[in-house]
Amino acid sequence: MNELLVLQRKNLLAQENVETQNLKLGSDMDHLQNCYAKLKEQLETSRREMIGLQERDRQLQCKNRNLHQLLKNEKDEVQKLQNIIASRATQYNHDMKRKEREYNKLKERLHQLVMNKKDKKIAMEVLNYVGRADGKRGSWRTGKTEARNEDEMYKILLNDYEYRQKQILMENAELKKVLQQMKKEMISLLSPQKQKPRERADDSTGTVISDIEEDAGELSRESIWDLSCETVREQLTNSIRKQWRILKSHVEKLDNQVSKVHLEGFNDEDVISRQDHEQETEKLELEIQQCKEMIKTQQQLLQQQLATACDDDTTSLLRDCYLLEEKERLKEEWSLFKEQKKNFEKERRSFTEAAIRLGLERKAFEEERASWLKQQFLNMTTFDHQNSENVKLFSAFSGSSDRDTPTLHSRSRQKKPHGVPSGSPVCTSKLTKSLPASPSTSDFCQTRSCASEHSSSINVLNITTEETKPNQVGRECTNQKWSMSSRPGSQEGCYSGCSLAYTNSHVEKDDLP
Amino acid sequence: MNFSEVFKLSSLLCKFSPDGKYLASCIQYRLVVRDANTLQILQLYTCLDQIQHLEWSADSLFILCALYKRGLVQVWSLEQPEWHCKIDEGSAGLVASCWSPDGRHILNTTEFHLRITVWSLCTKSVSYIKYPKACQQGITFTRDGRYLALAERRDCRDYVSIFVCSDWQLLRHFDTDTQDLAGIEWAPNGCVLAVWDSCLEYKVLLYSLDGRLLSAFCAYEWSLGIKSVAWSPSSQFLAIGSYDGKVRILNHVTWKMITEFGHPATVNNPKIVVYKEAEKSPPLGHLACPPPRVAAGPLTSSESKYEIASMPVSLQTLKPAADRANPRIGIGALAFSPDNYFLATRNDSVPNAVWIWDIRKLRPLAVLEQLCTVRAFQWGPQQPRLAICTGGSKVYLWSPAGCVSVQVPGEGDFQVLSLCWHPSGDSLALLSKDHFCLCFLEMEEGMRMAFGQRGDCT
Repeated sequence: MNELLVLQRKNLLAQENVETQNLKLGSDMDHLQNCYAKLKEQLETSRREMIGLQERDRQLQCKNRNLHQLLKNEKDEVQKLQNIIASRATQYNHDMKRKEREYNKLKERLHQLVMNKKDKKIAMEVLNYVGRADGKRGSWRTGKTEARNEDEMYKILLNDYEYRQKQILMENAELKKVLQQMKKEMISLLSPQKQKPRERADDSTGTVISDIEEDAGELSRESIWDLSCETVREQLTNSIRKQWRILKSHVEKLDNQVSKVHLEGFNDEDVISRQDHEQETEKLELEIQQCKEMIKTQQQLLQQQLATACDDDTTSLLRDCYLLEEKERLKEEWSLFKEQKKNFEKERRSFTEAAIRLGLERKAFEEERASWLKQQFLNMTTFDHQNSENVKLFSAFSGSSDRDTPTLHSRSRQKKPHGVPSGSPVCTSKLTKSLPASPSTSDFCQTRSCASEHSSSINVLNITTEETKPNQVGRECTNQKWSMSSRPGSQEGCYSGCSLAYTNSHVEKDDLP
Repeated sequence: MNFSEVFKLSSLLCKFSPDGKYLASCIQYRLVVRDANTLQILQLYTCLDQIQHLEWSADSLFILCALYKRGLVQVWSLEQPEWHCKIDEGSAGLVASCWSPDGRHILNTTEFHLRITVWSLCTKSVSYIKYPKACQQGITFTRDGRYLALAERRDCRDYVSIFVCSDWQLLRHFDTDTQDLAGIEWAPNGCVLAVWDSCLEYKVLLYSLDGRLLSAFCAYEWSLGIKSVAWSPSSQFLAIGSYDGKVRILNHVTWKMITEFGHPATVNNPKIVVYKEAEKSPPLGHLACPPPRVAAGPLTSSESKYEIASMPVSLQTLKPAADRANPRIGIGALAFSPDNYFLATRNDSVPNAVWIWDIRKLRPLAVLEQLCTVRAFQWGPQQPRLAICTGGSKVYLWSPAGCVSVQVPGEGDFQVLSLCWHPSGDSLALLSKDHFCLCFLEMEEGMRMAFGQRGDCT
C-alpha cells in the first residue's frame, strides 16, 4: 500500500510536472508563433520599403539624366547663339561697309556739286581783319616749319616722360627708405632675444647673429642702396624677406608658448604673473569705481550748496553785483566831473590873468592917450575960447579917463556876471552931449558887455559893438555883434575879439587929425 | 546766397566769358552781353536769324553766333562793337561751329560732315579738312591749345589726324583699331589721346602724342560697352562708364584697371552717407490758402531739405524698354572735381541719384537722391563743389562739408534745366527754358554749409 501511495504520489508529481511542462510549452509555442508573425510582418514592410526606395532611386536617376540632357541642350544652344551672334556681327559689318561705301560715293558727288556751285558765294565778309592772338605775323609753310613742329611735339613728350620718371624715382626712394627702416627695426626687435636663456631661441639667435654680422657689413655700403640697380634691389628684398621669416617664426614660437601655458599651467612664473595682472586690474577697477563715486558725491554736494545758498547774504551779494555796474559808471562820471572841474579852474585862472593883463594894457593905453590929448590941448589952446570947454571937458575927460576907459575903450571884462553896461551908455550920452562937434571921441562908442560866467560850463560872451552917434566925417558906423557861446577854450576868442576892438579903436584913432 | 533777377533767354544759350568778366546770353536772334557781376547790359548785337550756338573765343574778345538753319556764322567783337564778321557756308550748310584755341580761327562743319572749313580772321586763307567723322566727339583740342585731334573715316576705316594749331599743318595721321570710333579726347597734359569705340564694342585705345599706340583696354565682350569717358584733371586717371552700370578707372602708369565702382540700386555700405531729398511739410497757416499748382513732375513751391537716410537704402530705379536702341541704363554722366579728389557719377537706371566717390581712397563717399530725375550736374571750377539741377525750381549743392538745397526765389516756377559756373566759382548761372538767373555764392556761405541744413535764399 505504501508503495502504491508512493507510486501514486510519484505519478501525481510526474503528472503535475508534465502538465506544467505542457503549459510552458504551450505558452512558448504561442510566444514563438507571435514572434514569427511579427517578423513576417516586418519582413513584408521592409520588403515594401525597399521596393519603394528602389523606385525612387530610379526616378531620381531619370531626373538626373534629364537634367544633364537639358544642360547639354542649353550649352549647345548658347554655343549656337554665340555662333549666330558672331556670324550676324560679321554680316552686319559687311553690310555697314557696303552702305558706307555707297554713302561715301554720295558724299563725293555732293562735294563736287558744292564745290562747283561757285555762284552761291560761300564767302566770308569781314569789316577788317583782326591781328593774331600772339601779335606775330603768320609764317609760310615750309619743311622747316614741319621739322619745328615735330621737334616741339617730341619736346613735349619728353618733358612729360621726364616728369613722370622723376615722380617714380621719388616714390622708389621713399619706399626704399621705408623698407630699410623696417629691416632695422626688425633686427632690433629680434636681437635682445639672444640674451634670454630660452632653448627654443637657439636657432633664431644663431641666424640673428649671423644676420647682424652681415648687415653690419651691408650698412657700411648704405650709400650704394640709393642706386637702383638690380643686384641692390635683390639684396634689399632678400634681406627683408629673411628678417620677416625670422620674425614670423619668432612670433609663432611665442604663440605656441602661450598656448602651452594655457594648457599645462606648469610654469609658475607665468601663472603668477597672470594672477598678479588680474589682481592688479581688479584693484584698478575698484579704485576707478571709488573715484567715480567720490566725484558723484562731490558733484551732488556742490549742487546742494549752490541750491541752498539762496539766502540773504547771497541775495545781497547778487544785488551788489547788479549795482556794481552802476557804481562803476558813477565812479567814471565822477572822475570825469573832477577833471572838468580842474579844467574850469585852470580856465578861470587864465581868464583872470588875461583880465589883469588887459587892465594893465588899458592903463598904459589910457596914459598914452591922456598924454596925447594933453599935447592936443596944448596945441589947441591957442585957438578959441570954445576949446576951453573942450579943455575942460578934456581935462574932465582926461581926469575921468580912468573912469571912462572901461566904456570908451569898449572893453569891460568882469569876473562878476554883471558888467558896467549901465555906466557906459550914461558916459556916452554925456560925451555926446558935451561934444557935439568934435568927431574924435564921439566917433564911435562901443559898448560891449562881456559876461562871462566861469561857474557854469558854458561861456557866453556877447560882445556887441554899436555906434550911437552918427559919424560926421562920414565914417561908417560899424555894427558889429560878436556873440560867442563856447566852451572853456573860448577865452582866446574873447581875447582876440577884444584885441580886435582894440586895434579898431587904434585905427580909428589914427585917423583923427 | 543771393539770387539776381530773372532775365529772358532762349535755347539755353548762356555762357560766361573765359576771363570771367562778361556773360553772354541769347534771346532768339539777339545777343546780349552783360557784366558778370552787376548784370548790366554792356552790348547788344542783332543777328540775322535765330541763334543755335554761342561760343566765346579763348581770349574773351570775340563771340561766335552760329545760325545753323541759315548756314551762317556771325562773329562779334567786344572791343569794337561796330566790327562785324559774317561767314556764309552757302549751299554747303552748317551743322557745327567752334573756335580754335587761339581765338582767331573758326572751324565750321558742313552738312553731312562733308568737310571742316577753317576760316581765319587774321588772313584771307581758308583751309579744308576732308572726311571728318560724324560721331559724338570727333574734334578735341589740347588744353594748351597747341594741337587738334580729329577723327576721320575713309574707306570704312577710322583714322585720327593730329594738326598743329598755329599753322594747321598735319603732324600725324594714323589708323585706329576700332570698329566704329565714337569719340576722342586729349588728356589734360596733352600727351595722351584716348580713343573709344561705339557702344557695340567695349574698347579704349590710348595713343601717345606722336601716334604710337600705348595701350588697349577691353573689359568685356558682346554686351553694350562704353557710354561715357572722363579724364582726371591731373591726367593720372581715366574713368570709363559703361552700360553695365560700372565705372572702371585706369591708371596712367600701366593703363590697367585699378578699380571698378558699382552702382547698385540698394546701398548697404555703412561708410557711405546717403542724402535723401525730402519735402518739407508746409506750416499749418498755408492750409487756408489755395493749394499750389501741382505740376506733373517737379515740385513748384514747396521747399525741401536733405535728410540722412539709414542703411540699407533702396533707391528708385527705372526699367528701360528692352527693345529700343540707346537704353537708359549705364553710366551716362561722369565728372571729376577740379582738385582731383572726387568723382561724380550718375547711373541712368537710377536716374534720381548722384554718386560721389573719393578718388584718394578709391571708395564711395556719398549718394544724393533727389525727388526728380537729375538733369545736369557740374563741378565748380576752383573748389570741389558740385551743383545739381533736376528740372525743378531748386538747385542743389554738395561739398565735402555737406549739401544744401536752395529754392530759386521768384514768382511762379523757375524750372532749372541746366547750369553753368562762373570761371572763378563765385557765381552760378541757372538756365530754364525761357529765362535765366544768377546765383551768387558768398565765401562764408560755402563754409557754413552743414549736414542736412536748408539753405535760405536771401
